[in-house]
Amino acid sequence: MNASPLNAWIEGIGFLAPGLPDWAAARAVLRGEPPYAAAPSILPAPALLPPAERRRASRVVKTALAVGLEAAAHAGADASQLATVFTASGADGHNCHALCEQLASDDRQISPTRFHNSVHNAAAGYWGIATGSMAPCQVLCAYDASFGAGLLDALAQVALARQPVLLIAYDSEYPEPLHAKRDTPDCGGVALLLSAERSVRSLAAVRVSPTGDDAEKLADAGLEALRTSIPALRALPLLKHLANGARGSVCLDYLPPMQLRVDIEPC
Amino acid sequence: MTPLLLSAFTATSCLGRGLDATRHALRSGRSGLAPCAFETVELDTWVGEVAGVDEEKLPAALADYDCRNNRLTRIGLETDGFGNRVREAVARYGRARVGVFLGTSTAGILQTELAYRRRDPATGALPDDFIYRTTHNSFSLAEFTRAYFGLEGMAMAISTACSSSAKVFAAAARQIELGMIDAAIVGGVDTLCLTTLYGFASLQLTSPLPCRPYDAARDGISIGEGAGFVLLERAASAAPGSVLLLGAGESSDAYHMSSPHPQGLGAKLAMEAALKSAGLAPDDIDYINLHGTSTPANDAAEGKAVAALFGDRVPCSSTKGATGHTLGAAGAIEAVICALALTDGLLPGSPGTATPDPAIPVQYLLESRQGRVRRVLSNSFGFGGSNCSLVFGVAA
Repeated sequence: MNASPLNAWIEGIGFLAPGLPDWAAARAVLRGEPPYAAAPSILPAPALLPPAERRRASRVVKTALAVGLEAAAHAGADASQLATVFTASGADGHNCHALCEQLASDDRQISPTRFHNSVHNAAAGYWGIATGSMAPCQVLCAYDASFGAGLLDALAQVALARQPVLLIAYDSEYPEPLHAKRDTPDCGGVALLLSAERSVRSLAAVRVSPTGDDAEKLADAGLEALRTSIPALRALPLLKHLANGARGSVCLDYLPPMQLRVDIEPC
Repeated sequence: MTPLLLSAFTATSCLGRGLDATRHALRSGRSGLAPCAFETVELDTWVGEVAGVDEEKLPAALADYDCRNNRLTRIGLETDGFGNRVREAVARYGRARVGVFLGTSTAGILQTELAYRRRDPATGALPDDFIYRTTHNSFSLAEFTRAYFGLEGMAMAISTACSSSAKVFAAAARQIELGMIDAAIVGGVDTLCLTTLYGFASLQLTSPLPCRPYDAARDGISIGEGAGFVLLERAASAAPGSVLLLGAGESSDAYHMSSPHPQGLGAKLAMEAALKSAGLAPDDIDYINLHGTSTPANDAAEGKAVAALFGDRVPCSSTKGATGHTLGAAGAIEAVICALALTDGLLPGSPGTATPDPAIPVQYLLESRQGRVRRVLSNSFGFGGSNCSLVFGVAA
C-alpha cells in the first residue's frame, strides 16, 4: 500500500438504494448472487426518533438515519458516542419545492417546521436528537463529488483524533419542476464506520490517495446507473470489493481531475 | 493542533468592503443594519445588506455561476488583494495543493426562488436560463472558487447552518496537518434570500428593531449577508505579529432542530475542545467574539456556557449588532474580526446593545476599546445543534 495518511479500518457498513434495501441485500447482489432488480427505495421509519420528530422526518432524513444506524449496528458501536460526517449532494428536495412554491405565491408565510427542515444539516440534527450524540458532527456538500468529500474529511478525523467516525453519505430526489434541473431519481445512501484501530469486527483496511485515473465502473448496467445517478453511490466500486472480500485498489469519482484511489486489504 | 498562519484575510459585510471599512466601523461602533428593503420582501425587520452586489460581473467563462451569492463571493475574493495572495500560493504550491473549504447555509437559493416566479404557465417548468448546480446547490460557491483560481485539488462546502464557516477552519486544518494540501482557501458566503428572511420570521426569531445581542430586552436577530475569506498555510515562517489559528473545537447539542440546549452544554463542549486543541486554559483568552445572535434563547444559553468556563474575567461581545447575522458566513467574518482584534489591539463593542442582560454574568463590552489582545476565541453555533469554537493568536 502507498503511504497516504488517510487510512482506517472499516468496522461496519450501511446501505440503501433503489432495489437494495440494506447492506445484506446489496452485498449479495454485488457478489453476483441474485441479479440486480430495480425497484423504488424502501425507507424504514426512524423508530429511534421521538414521535414529533418522527412525523417531521423527511425521505432524506429517513435515508441518512437508516444507513447510519445500520452501519453502527453492524459494527456493534454505540451511536450515542460516535463522531459523524454527513455528506449529501442536496437537502430535502420536496421541502425545498414546497418552500419555493409558497415564496413565489401571494402568501409567503411559510411554516416554521418547513424552514428548519430546509437546512442542509437537517439529517444531522435529527441524528443528534435520535442518538443523543454530542460528538462533533460534520455536514458536507460537493454536488456529485459529495461521497469523496465525506471520505476525505472522515478519514482525516480518524487519523488525527484516533476516534471512530461514522461517514453517512446520502441523497434524495427533487420533485418537478426542479427534477428537470437535477434528476437524482430516488433516495440512496452509504454509511461506513471508520476506525483507527483494528478490532475483531474489522472488515477491511482502506487507504485513500489522490489519483488522476478514471473511476471504476460496474459491469451490471443497473448498478452502473445507480453509481452515476445517485452521488452517494459513487462508492459502489469500493463496496463491490468489500462485498467480495477482494484485496486490491479501486478508483472512485471525486472532483476531476482529482479522483480517489482506495487501496483495500480485507481482514 | 499545529498552529496555522492566516497569511491573508478579508471580510465584506454591510459594514463595507474589506478590512479598513470593517475596522473603522468596529472602532467607531457603527452598525450597517437598515430597515429591510431587500427585493420584494415585506417584513418588519432590519437587515445587513451589502451595497452593490448585483453590479458585480463574473468572468465570462464562469457565467453559469452568476447569482447574487457568487457575485458576493467574487467581491470577497478580490477585496484586500486576497485573490492575488491566493494566486501566489497556487504558484508556490501547485494547483492540486491548495484546497477550498467554504461554508454557506443557503448558497444561491435566491436564484431558485426567483425562477419559481417565472415557471411556464402551461407546464410548470422552470425557465431555461436557471441552472441548479452552479447557483442553488450548496457546493456552488466552492466549485466557483475552485474554477476561479483554476485549482485541481480537494474542495468541499460545509453547511451546518450558522456554524458552517467556522467549521471550515477545522476541516482545512486537518488536511494541512496530514500533508494532503499545503494551503487552503477557507471562508463563507451567504446572501439575503426569501427562505431565510421569511423562515426566521416564521420562527418569530427576527426582531422588528436592529438586533441587540445580550441586551436584557433583546428580541431577535437581524439577518445580514457577507463574505469572509482566509488563506491558511503552515506557520513555520510566520513573522512576529502575524495571526495564527491555534485551535478548533466542534460539538453537537443533540437537543432540538431550532433551539439551543438551554444550559449551553454543546456550546461549552465546543469551547473546551477548542481550548484543548490550542493547548490553552480559559485564563489565556483575552477576548471572546460571541455567537450572540440576539435571540433570547441563544444568548442565555451561550452566556451560561461562557460564564461557566470563563466567569466574568474575559471581555466579550457579539459583533452581530454591527454586521447582522450573516448565517453561514458568520464564522468566517467573525474570524476576520478576531484577526483584526489581534492585529489592531481592538476589543469590539456591540452596537445596538444598551443594557446587558443582568441574568448573564459575563463581561460584556458595549463600547469598543483598545487593549492588549494576544489570544481570542470565536463562537459559532447553528441550527440542528452544530457548534464550533476557534482560537486565534499572534505569532511571537
